[in-house]
Amino acid sequence: MALLSYSIRRILMLIPVLLGMSIVVFSIIRAIPGDPALTILGEKASAKAIADLREVLGLNNPWYIQYFDYLKQIITGDLGVSLHTGASIAKEIGPYLAATTELTIFSMCFAVFIGVNAGIISAWKQNSWFDYTAMLIALIGVSMPIFWLGLMEQWFFAQELKWLPSVGRDNPRDPVQAITHFYIVDSIMAGRWDQFRDVVEHLILPGIALGTIPMAIIARITRSSMLEVMRADYVRTARAKGMAQFGVVYKHALKNAMIPVLTVIGLQTGLLLGGAVLTETIFGWPGVGRYIFTAIGNRDYPVIQSGILVIATIFVLINLLVDLLYAYIDPRIKYR
Amino acid sequence: MKKRILSATMTSLLAISMLLAGCSQTTQAPPTEPAKTEQPAPTPAPEPAKSEPKQLIVGRGGDSAGLDPIRETDGESFKVTENIFDTLVGYEEESTKVVPSLAEKWEISEDGLTYTFTLRQGVKFHDGTDFNAEAVKWNFERWMDKSNPFHNQDGYYYYNDMFGGYKGDPNHVIKSVEAVDPHTVKFTLNYPLAPFIQNLGMSPFAIASPTAVQAAGADGFTEKPVGTGPFKFKEWKRNDTITLEKNPDYWNAGYPKVDTLVFKSIPENTARLTALINGEIDLMDGLNPDDAETVQGNSDLQLILRPSMNVGYIGFNVEKKPFDNPKVREAIAYAINKPAIVEAFFAGLGQPAVNPMPPTLWGHNDSIKDREFNLEKAKQLLAEAGFPNGFKTQFWAMPVPRPYMPDGVKIAEAIQQDLKQIGIETEIVTMEWATYLEKTRIGEQTMFMLGWTGDNGDPDNFLATLLDKNNIDGNNNTRWANDEASQLMMKAKQANTQSEREQLYKQVQEIIFKEVPMVPLAHSTPALAARANIVDYKPHPKGSESLEKVDIK
Repeated sequence: MALLSYSIRRILMLIPVLLGMSIVVFSIIRAIPGDPALTILGEKASAKAIADLREVLGLNNPWYIQYFDYLKQIITGDLGVSLHTGASIAKEIGPYLAATTELTIFSMCFAVFIGVNAGIISAWKQNSWFDYTAMLIALIGVSMPIFWLGLMEQWFFAQELKWLPSVGRDNPRDPVQAITHFYIVDSIMAGRWDQFRDVVEHLILPGIALGTIPMAIIARITRSSMLEVMRADYVRTARAKGMAQFGVVYKHALKNAMIPVLTVIGLQTGLLLGGAVLTETIFGWPGVGRYIFTAIGNRDYPVIQSGILVIATIFVLINLLVDLLYAYIDPRIKYR
Repeated sequence: MKKRILSATMTSLLAISMLLAGCSQTTQAPPTEPAKTEQPAPTPAPEPAKSEPKQLIVGRGGDSAGLDPIRETDGESFKVTENIFDTLVGYEEESTKVVPSLAEKWEISEDGLTYTFTLRQGVKFHDGTDFNAEAVKWNFERWMDKSNPFHNQDGYYYYNDMFGGYKGDPNHVIKSVEAVDPHTVKFTLNYPLAPFIQNLGMSPFAIASPTAVQAAGADGFTEKPVGTGPFKFKEWKRNDTITLEKNPDYWNAGYPKVDTLVFKSIPENTARLTALINGEIDLMDGLNPDDAETVQGNSDLQLILRPSMNVGYIGFNVEKKPFDNPKVREAIAYAINKPAIVEAFFAGLGQPAVNPMPPTLWGHNDSIKDREFNLEKAKQLLAEAGFPNGFKTQFWAMPVPRPYMPDGVKIAEAIQQDLKQIGIETEIVTMEWATYLEKTRIGEQTMFMLGWTGDNGDPDNFLATLLDKNNIDGNNNTRWANDEASQLMMKAKQANTQSEREQLYKQVQEIIFKEVPMVPLAHSTPALAARANIVDYKPHPKGSESLEKVDIK
């Protein structure tokens, strides 16, 4: 019951957060110079055409009128229409979100699996060669420019070894029939295992590029958190009782070390879901990051505003989920 | 209880990641197969077999904004719509000379006010309806009449620009469009407009199926385009792929050659080339000039050059001191080492420019000889202008690469070095692209760089657009207002014969050369690359073309 009311309160808190954020986004995009009418019409437009279009788009109204118009529209659940494509944003953003989510899940699975295990083993075998190597790799990982990593991956695994495809989500010669826009799910629904394999192959390179930084962060947090827990009395007791080291580490220590790790996983997942512009650009991934990034270049105000609104909502919800998970890990945590 | 849920979650998470890791392993080295000494097979199948449908995958930098040609302004949209739609007249394969398309022939009246087109017979739209004079009339009425129910409220940029506004506007050129009989359509103009026929060939003026526009609505048609072109629209996954299918009933018998045409967006130039080398795509545009050598050195690939229809230039805001003085502008023209810049930054894919329009266009004045690179002469001119010790100024450099200016900042730095030698200290200024465009349009810049890619292959589209005084606050970013030149350009616009127009434009180029509102820098030939088995691809100077003739061997 406490859990339910806590969740409701947290969800209600979304309202001021999103309201504040919408004001910030709204002001920032209007503060940057550049005229959406000009960007829609292109560098060749005549002055009159631009003036006409500004009128049609309502850009000549004072900013607060524009803001309240926008707010009214959002409250009725309408995300607006893209200035650049003329299509409904609610309709447009769906496939982009699916593409980004699919890539995020894949990257985070990679990052969590490698990161957590590397962190545990490093802590368990502290100061061993494994520990040193893993932490060196993690250090390189956090400081790795994704742009460079992505291009190197493409060059090595696609161009030189020809093991994996370099760009996109599926093979354009045999495209996946988009139903849910999660291509893994779509290919399974179609019973096309060859396409399923193809989709997974397309996920690997961008997944690793995107997952490298979270993996390195997770490994380092897991290691330091584990080291702390491993010195705790109850761990010593478990050992003294003659419990096998593996059991001590994975059963007793890991659970208590998980809280900071989980926080980091949640934050990183939220970040990746916001769309990774660089990864999406290099790998031609039609995700939400590139959608909003292109919109900034086009001064496509409705897309920037609504897109960021959607992403912020997701980010807050994921953090709420993480907070709720704490209770499962540590029953001492109570929600009020 | 909670313990179990946690461990179940963790276990399943680990299981998923192991499963995924497992998948990646199987692709890298199939463990079930005996370890033979075979090469790992490339992932996508590159060569389609004879019996299989031919698929052509075209990689490009961006997605289309929309597929209703009349509404579009960006090249990425036209690259696709030209394959779905046809225009009344077309252009020759590699030049901008007008040739028949949906109209087989046409007659122009003596006074230049009536154009009568004879339409091709037996042509059908992809939805099965007939293409005829009524369809042409319907399209033009949709475009010109703001009160037409299928006219889009944000207007049609190219229609407005090329035909002098809309119905009822003082400069609107089209008085009426009549369907004389099913295969004859007659245009009556309000005043003679020499580039009229040239304009009709432009990609935005493509004839759409009236039935389909009515069914989809003015806004919906952009996602459900129906034309008479070589390919039918099939599917659009935004920011990813646009898929077109062969139109088996295409009027140009024997074409198109391929069964499926896919446009795939890959924003990064390097990544696009990797995809081409890997065989994931067959053809790409936007090749980095630096990568031209890589392509030439790879026997699986071929380098294709698009004939130039652009100009990159260094402009002066003539409203600002000291650039109001023609001598200062001329001094700078002498101090810019054009051949060296073209050599260094265009990687052999460009030629130094003399005039603000490319030599591929009719009307280019070949008799003008460019100023040589001469620092002494430049210093002398500066001294005559009253700046024996030079001066300080800002130099605005483009932040993004464009075909006509592959690397704005680097080129600016090279010019900066040259100018330093005659005492002109330049501070290079750059900003985000949309901001750059807006500020140069309203005249905040001093010395700057920009360029232009032609729309319809008419000299007016270069000279008047860039340097007519009526286009200040438009695209005349030098803000040069020369009455004589403007009058000549107006006369040329209304002249009846092409030879008369040619003479007038040549005179205009002489004035421009003498007055130096800008230093034309280069005409580039944008580079494309294709797999070696792609044949009969002829890129058009205007930047987009129908791919009906392209075949895969």
